[in-house]
Amino acid sequence: MEHNTMNLTLKVWRQKNANDRGNFETYQVSDISSEMSFLEMFDVLNERLIREGKDPIAFDHDCREGICGMCSMYIDGKPHGPWTQNTTCQLHMRAFKDGDTIVVEPWRAKAFPVVKDLVVDRTSFDRIIQAGGYISVNTGNAVDANALPVEKEKADAAFAAAACIGCGACVAACKNSSALLFVSAKVAHLALLPQGDPERKTRVVNMVAQMDKEGFGSCTATGACEATCPKGITIENIARLNKEYMVASLTSK
Amino acid sequence: MLDAKIPSGPLDQKWTDYKGHCKLVNPANKRKLEVIIVGTGLAGASAAAALGELGYKVKAFCFQDSPRRAHSIAAQGGINAAKNYQNDGDSVFRLFYDTIKGGDYRAREANVHRLAEVSANIIDQCVAQGVPFAREYGGLLSNRSFGGTQVQRTFYAAGQTGQQLLIGAYQALERQVALGNVDMYNRHEMLEVVVIDGKARGIITRDLITGKLERHFGHCVLLCSGGYGNVFYLSTNAMGSNVTAAWKAHKAGAYFGNPCFTQIHPTCIPVSGDHQSKLTLMSESLRNDGRIWVPKKQGDNRRPNEIPEEERDYYLERRYPAFGNLVPRDVASRAAKERCDAGYGVGSSKQAVYLDYAAAIERYGKGEANKRGLDHASKEEIIAMGKDVVKEKYGNLFDMYEKITGENPYEVPMRIYPAVHYTMGGLWVDYELMTTVPGLYALGEANFSDHGANRLGASALMQGLADGYFVIPYTLGNYLADEIRTSAIPTSHAAFEAAEKSVKDRIEKLMSIKGAQTVESFHKRLGKIMWDKCGMARNSQGLQEAITEIQALKKEFWSDLRIPGEINEMNFELDKAGRVADFIELGELMCKDALDRAESCGGHFREESQTEEGEALRHDDRFMYVSAWEYKGDHNWELHKESLDYEVVKPSQRSYK
Ligand SMILES: Cc1cc2nc3c(=O)[nH]c(=O)nc-3n(C[C@H](O)[C@H](O)[C@H](O)COP(=O)(O)OP(=O)(O)OC[C@H]3O[C@@H](n4cnc5c(N)ncnc54)[C@H](O)[C@@H]3O)c2cc1C
Ligand code: SF4
Ligand code: FES
Repeated sequence: MEHNTMNLTLKVWRQKNANDRGNFETYQVSDISSEMSFLEMFDVLNERLIREGKDPIAFDHDCREGICGMCSMYIDGKPHGPWTQNTTCQLHMRAFKDGDTIVVEPWRAKAFPVVKDLVVDRTSFDRIIQAGGYISVNTGNAVDANALPVEKEKADAAFAAAACIGCGACVAACKNSSALLFVSAKVAHLALLPQGDPERKTRVVNMVAQMDKEGFGSCTATGACEATCPKGITIENIARLNKEYMVASLTSK
Repeated sequence: MLDAKIPSGPLDQKWTDYKGHCKLVNPANKRKLEVIIVGTGLAGASAAAALGELGYKVKAFCFQDSPRRAHSIAAQGGINAAKNYQNDGDSVFRLFYDTIKGGDYRAREANVHRLAEVSANIIDQCVAQGVPFAREYGGLLSNRSFGGTQVQRTFYAAGQTGQQLLIGAYQALERQVALGNVDMYNRHEMLEVVVIDGKARGIITRDLITGKLERHFGHCVLLCSGGYGNVFYLSTNAMGSNVTAAWKAHKAGAYFGNPCFTQIHPTCIPVSGDHQSKLTLMSESLRNDGRIWVPKKQGDNRRPNEIPEEERDYYLERRYPAFGNLVPRDVASRAAKERCDAGYGVGSSKQAVYLDYAAAIERYGKGEANKRGLDHASKEEIIAMGKDVVKEKYGNLFDMYEKITGENPYEVPMRIYPAVHYTMGGLWVDYELMTTVPGLYALGEANFSDHGANRLGASALMQGLADGYFVIPYTLGNYLADEIRTSAIPTSHAAFEAAEKSVKDRIEKLMSIKGAQTVESFHKRLGKIMWDKCGMARNSQGLQEAITEIQALKKEFWSDLRIPGEINEMNFELDKAGRVADFIELGELMCKDALDRAESCGGHFREESQTEEGEALRHDDRFMYVSAWEYKGDHNWELHKESLDYEVVKPSQRSYK
């Protein structure tokens, strides 16, 4: 691959802790290779900050393969940056050019309070899953896996919904901070499978109630979530959730 | 000699007999028994869910912001199970046999047989949880093949199998959280085991947001903290994967088993520069369809598509006709290294070989054309259809390759090179998964138990879930049945006090060094020593040098490290410093172990011990044992041995020709 190096200006959100007000700081970085990942560019900057006796920038990451859902930077006004269907960790510096200024912020949503710098608290997502994002089957209860054939089309659709990595970019992209894409992905994944059928009604009702309780906003169908989602979760899932929700509320006591 | 407490009786009856005779804890007593689980990957999440369901009071810990993000999430290719759905001759025995042979006869028969026995239950359980495995048009589950086997027994969910399995286990875990059976502690790091009267009774953790140290009591402690491949700095592991939990246990008395057994995976994206922070795996499943080659001419600088068929050396197919591109990982990795060292490597670094999909695309395209009755499909149409099939099977992997390298693998062959991937070594455990400290268990990649000197693909997910869902619920009961009279020990106990103090002192010591070098720079240097001298090929002289270098590095680390920030705040550099300090000590032990084992077996290749054809040469007469190292103080270990007695399988030199 051809590669080149570039000099960039970074404006990064710095916030010492949850109680601090926070502000942007500007950094110059030089000799950044186009082959680097975006996070490796941050590594380089952090190494320098440490050597200069300054506090490095805190950001979440782990797998750096686009699958754990931990990385979460709001880059130039877009969660996960400019590439489509991509996570922050998979963004590479090829996306930028010499002289660019890049603005980096944390996810902003009431239900995702900032912990430090670019790190936010997403435990609200775990609590939504606790409200019903599972199939109640104790270990050892299962029948033979092939005893229950599942139409390939449905299995594929369930898989596509289950591909959600729980990163929260959909929330960060939404002007209302709605979590409906995330919730609908789980509802759809489990509703599409025969195994998920017995708990279909309670699941959707309880998960939506928890979502509201966490302080996520309501969905006004702008589609910003779908456009941002690194895993291509579609808003068809939201339509499915709405249907599930309606059926559940119509038939409940 | 160490006693692994393997039940007597015929191999295929041991586990059944054990389950029929082990002690049980009644439901009322379970509610009084507290279980600590460190880690929520496949092993930890499945154990937490299963033990919560049984009624134990569980506390689970992970250092990420959610249990769903454990490193298991990144597993790509699949999970093995002896279902024989393909009717191609698979069975519990064959899975057992393949695993023992793949491990180059350095694993324990009884454990591996049990693993093969419960493998089928895992698939059933996961499907019941809603794990969306790949299916055929008839609605039944689909399988593919992996290295080291001749049957199709691998279940998969595109290239995201680990993700789907972990989400299944995570959901089961969150259900137990909702039911009040499991307390989950995110962003917490375990930094010490508390041992009282010789038994594990709790842990000390640090809250990674506030920096606060906490004490947690448990009637037992389960370590499900994953592998230590990051001792090499560059590996396919997640950035946070580390040895700290296992290392603290080791220093508290748990023996470390076969530390030098490391798996170097043959198909990873090559290093692109000094900035590299981690390496990315291209799943082994790609070797199902992809063909690996290098040019026949040394230093051939033509583009891959310009090199005609007859000038390509498909070296795996040439050297190992029976298994071809599907030889086990250790064999494939060494073969790639051999070609590159001999000057046939490709790409700008010359440290890479090609993984080529052109033939598979054409073959699948033709298959599609036949299926659709398109007798006169043009070459372009065939290629287009073939690409669609490949996309469905491996699309996410191909996308990942393109994002990282900027090259389109549907058009040009991928460049790959071996990278550190998995550690077969780990805490020594007996048949019940208990370490040498009573009440302290190790599950999943954190233990050493089932893969011998080389793990077969798609077997780690199987082992993690077997340990958590189907083994520990029985073996733990056998221990806890004798603990029902032990009431919760208050964390004001002197042992908790002392453990917390030692953690505190160490953190303060790290922070007070105030030197000039960063944690990252030490980690990189350690990684280089390990890769150069304890990597794909090892020899006595190199290992001795490595030990000296690591000892010197340790001194430098403790006198010139710089950690910014404060103790009582979120401080990732401090977290990392503690982990790297432990990696440095582990690195020394790995080299010591590699030096002791003067034979080649599986992933451990001692240059002094090879056949004329350059294959690994074992010495069963001298090394038919598990090395279990006891910590005796700084730079000081005592070797204990567990002899490996093969009752059923006859060890022979492995051959994949
Ligand atoms: C890229 C990649 C692809 C792979 N693909 C496959 C595959 O296709 N098939 C297969 O069978 N295997 C595969 N493997 C191997 C397999 O994924 C791992 O061996 C397995 O997932 C390990 O699971 P685990 O539960 O033991 O540990 P992990 O998933 O590593 O979990 C460790 C847990 O411990 C926690 N932890 C660690 N230390 C501490 C501490 N001190 N305090 C608190 N918490 C702690 C972490 O937070 C985490 O929750 C792959 C591995 C990699 C790297
Ligand atoms: S729906 Fe997409 S954007 Fe939202 S959490 Fe899931 S993967 Fe992230
Ligand atoms: S670090 Fe895991 S998705 Fe980005």
